[in-house]
Amino acid sequence: MLSIKNLHASVEGKEILKGINLEIKAGEVHAIMGPNGSGKSTLAQVLAGNDAFEVTSGSVTMNDEDLLEKETEERARDGVFLAFQYPVEIPGVSNLQFMRTSVNAMRHHRGEPEMNAAEFMKLAREISKQVDLDPAFLKRGVNEGFSGGEKKRNEIMQALMLQPKLAILDETDSGLDIDALKVVSDGVNALRAEDRAILMVTHYQRLLDHIVPDFVHVLADGKIVKSGGRELALELEDRGYAWLGIKDDETAASSALSNSAN
Amino acid sequence: MTTANKEVNELIKREYEHGFVTDIEVDTFEPGLNEDVITRLSEIKKEPQFMLEWRLKAYRRWLEMEEPDWAHLGYDRIDYNSVSYYSAPKRKEDMPQSLDEVDPELLKTYERLGIPLHEHAKLAGVAVDAVFDSVSVATTFKEPLAKAGVIFCSISEAVRDYPELVQKYLGTVVPHTDNFFAGLNAAVFSDGTFVYVPKGVRCPMELSTYFRINAANTGQFERTLIIADEGSYVSYLEGCTAPMRDENQLHAAVVELVALDNAEIKYSTVQNWYPGDENGKGGIYNFVTKRAACIGKNSKVSWTQVETGSAITWKYPSCILRGEGSVGEFYSVALTHNHQQADTGTKMIHLGKNTTSTIISKGISAGKSSNVYRGLVKFGPRAEGARNFTECDSLLIGDQCGAHTFPYIESLNKSAIVEHEATTSKVSDEQMFLCRQRGIDMERAVSMIVNGFCKDVFKELPMEFAVEAGKLLEVSLEGSVG
Repeated sequence: MLSIKNLHASVEGKEILKGINLEIKAGEVHAIMGPNGSGKSTLAQVLAGNDAFEVTSGSVTMNDEDLLEKETEERARDGVFLAFQYPVEIPGVSNLQFMRTSVNAMRHHRGEPEMNAAEFMKLAREISKQVDLDPAFLKRGVNEGFSGGEKKRNEIMQALMLQPKLAILDETDSGLDIDALKVVSDGVNALRAEDRAILMVTHYQRLLDHIVPDFVHVLADGKIVKSGGRELALELEDRGYAWLGIKDDETAASSALSNSAN
Repeated sequence: MTTANKEVNELIKREYEHGFVTDIEVDTFEPGLNEDVITRLSEIKKEPQFMLEWRLKAYRRWLEMEEPDWAHLGYDRIDYNSVSYYSAPKRKEDMPQSLDEVDPELLKTYERLGIPLHEHAKLAGVAVDAVFDSVSVATTFKEPLAKAGVIFCSISEAVRDYPELVQKYLGTVVPHTDNFFAGLNAAVFSDGTFVYVPKGVRCPMELSTYFRINAANTGQFERTLIIADEGSYVSYLEGCTAPMRDENQLHAAVVELVALDNAEIKYSTVQNWYPGDENGKGGIYNFVTKRAACIGKNSKVSWTQVETGSAITWKYPSCILRGEGSVGEFYSVALTHNHQQADTGTKMIHLGKNTTSTIISKGISAGKSSNVYRGLVKFGPRAEGARNFTECDSLLIGDQCGAHTFPYIESLNKSAIVEHEATTSKVSDEQMFLCRQRGIDMERAVSMIVNGFCKDVFKELPMEFAVEAGKLLEVSLEGSVG
């Protein structure tokens, strides 16, 4: 489904991604791990089309179409979804209005009729329960005054509403307490499907206890330095990144943290 | 320049859609202003003697007045002798008695503006007074309103038909000595709307005036007077457009509202005068004095304005809260782009006990425009227990525009309570990216973000117009992203 070849990208002239190669098939769940500053979030942003990042070489195709030549909104309509690490607030625009505009933009693209308000409300209420958000939140401004956990659940809710082909989850576990982590993980697991690929970016192993990946990749200094199965993540948890020759000031602290959280 | 800025700048480039000119025969005065011009104007309007004297008195005083320069505005001095003070479509000897006698060219004009005047196509539940250049050309729903006892007509008719009401209230809220533009208006006002709602009557429909400037080199000086008698209620809306012309045109209006005991007036404006082109050429100079006198106990006046047009806007709809427990409200959205300049806000003058006021101002600046909020909240010595809440928010689109807030607070009463909040924000790249990542295109995203920003004001508009206002912002912003 997704094929990334020798991808280089930079921000403000500084190269962050230095040749990423990755193949993801439909139905698979991939986890990208790595220390802070390794380029994990950059990869997520570049795939979604954030033009603050410049792709300097390499290619990305999704279902054999060139992804990089498409605008952000075209990629989204083709099924690329990014769950943001730090979802931004849009004051005064209700979640309901925002999601309905989004859902209908996708439907319009597929040549389907718009969803009417009643149908939409029904769907939105169901899914908000699934991620344990009070339906009253639908009337609040997008992410306005949301707690960290609510913001993350809201991102997963949007993924469930939009049913993307490729869901990219950027540090979806960060800042969550154990109960919220469970809710978010259940939401992501509900997204798993034969025709959908999931790419998770995470610093911590603990997320992978809840969402078990098919493949784990370690990113360091803009390159994938090691790939493996589920067991690679567990090994990282025990031995830290240093074992792979990667410097990471936070590793010791973070694995201690994730252990205590568990 | 960041992405959001580029996008928004593209979005602004949309052309003004009401910029057409109606080709119609007109009677127009030669440019220039003197006592003869005023006398002729008064004669054409068949005004009673008191009106002419009132005008001349105002004119003589105006000659001694200075044009104000304290606003945060830059423009070349206006030559008041190069403006024509009267222009009206030619018509038969008598006033048209019904809409069938109104020039079809005029009806077409209003239809094009989305304001059908014909009986069969009239806006449901909204009575319209259509003012074209210097005269009112049609007023709809007069009869059902008359049945309810509501007087809704052009001010010219009111001067002739209800002189006692006009004489009692005209100039009592905005005297001709108030300011330079109010003085000029008092001397030369040509038409406008008059509303009187009798005791205990709830006006059965929305009233509205649609102002259209058509003729070149002509100033529009309308005057509106609304009186809500004890225990009555009225909701009134005005809309404004003008053709695209290279020269600046002057619009100096005066609006006076009077609310007696327990009366309520809701006054909404959707102002979309021609703003000038993208290089700042042309556009309307909008110098307007709007003021309400809440003279009755527990009376209430609510001003809601959506200002997207004009090259220059100088406008401070205000409330004098004299009656005990009276309430003043000001809800404003002012959007400027290209080279537009707006200096707008309100004055809440608390004189009576337990008077309250609320000010919510939303300024949106794009392009190279300048957007100023200027507000005065004043408490007199007898305003025991009075309170005000003010919220001024500015939204910047791009990095070449400016937003300023000048709040003035004067209190002569220690028990008065003032709360003031102000914020400035930008349409950020992150917000745009979030919307686009959810499949929403840039124009839709900007308009959604801006509409969200204005929500607290739009919800104060009558339903039909809230939708219109949202669309208007969308159009005004179109071309600012791409």
